[in-house]
Amino acid sequence: MILAKVVGTVVATRKDERLVSHKLLVARPVDPAGAFDGNYLVAVDTVDAGFGETVLIVSGSSARMAAGLKDCPVDAAIVGVVDVVDVAKG
Amino acid sequence: MQLARVTGDVVATVKDAALVGHKLLVLQPLLPDHTPVGRVVIALDAVGAGVGEHVFFVRGREASFPFLPAEPPADACVIGIVDRWDLD
Repeated sequence: MILAKVVGTVVATRKDERLVSHKLLVARPVDPAGAFDGNYLVAVDTVDAGFGETVLIVSGSSARMAAGLKDCPVDAAIVGVVDVVDVAKG
Repeated sequence: MQLARVTGDVVATVKDAALVGHKLLVLQPLLPDHTPVGRVVIALDAVGAGVGEHVFFVRGREASFPFLPAEPPADACVIGIVDRWDLD
């Protein structure tokens, strides 16, 4: 999984019918210190994450194992809202 | 699979129900000469690894297999604690 910060939302009226009623967010990967690191991605939100929150994103076919995404055409899902990242020094 | 060092852990109260009770570790993938390589990965823990230990981890759909029949939504999982590695 990767850490990312929610930086926006996506609105799409026409989409695959299995995506209907799923919330789509724009997220940008961050390192454990919170600095942006890498390209933006669109992820399905399964935990009611909000703008500005640091989240846990699962990618690839594993994303379909998130709650409610069975057989959905997704490759990135938000599966957790991060409270703390505790990284040892050194 | 890939070698890595456990550099920390992640606390997330709000998460997928299938992730409740699982430990989330921060991994820095390593080259065999201990040089960090690539981006930091957050992985589930299937072997009780701790911060500072060297481990190997699996990526992709297989990352949830250690917990079968449960299928936590994970794309990385620590599946071994490395005692040592040797290269010729």
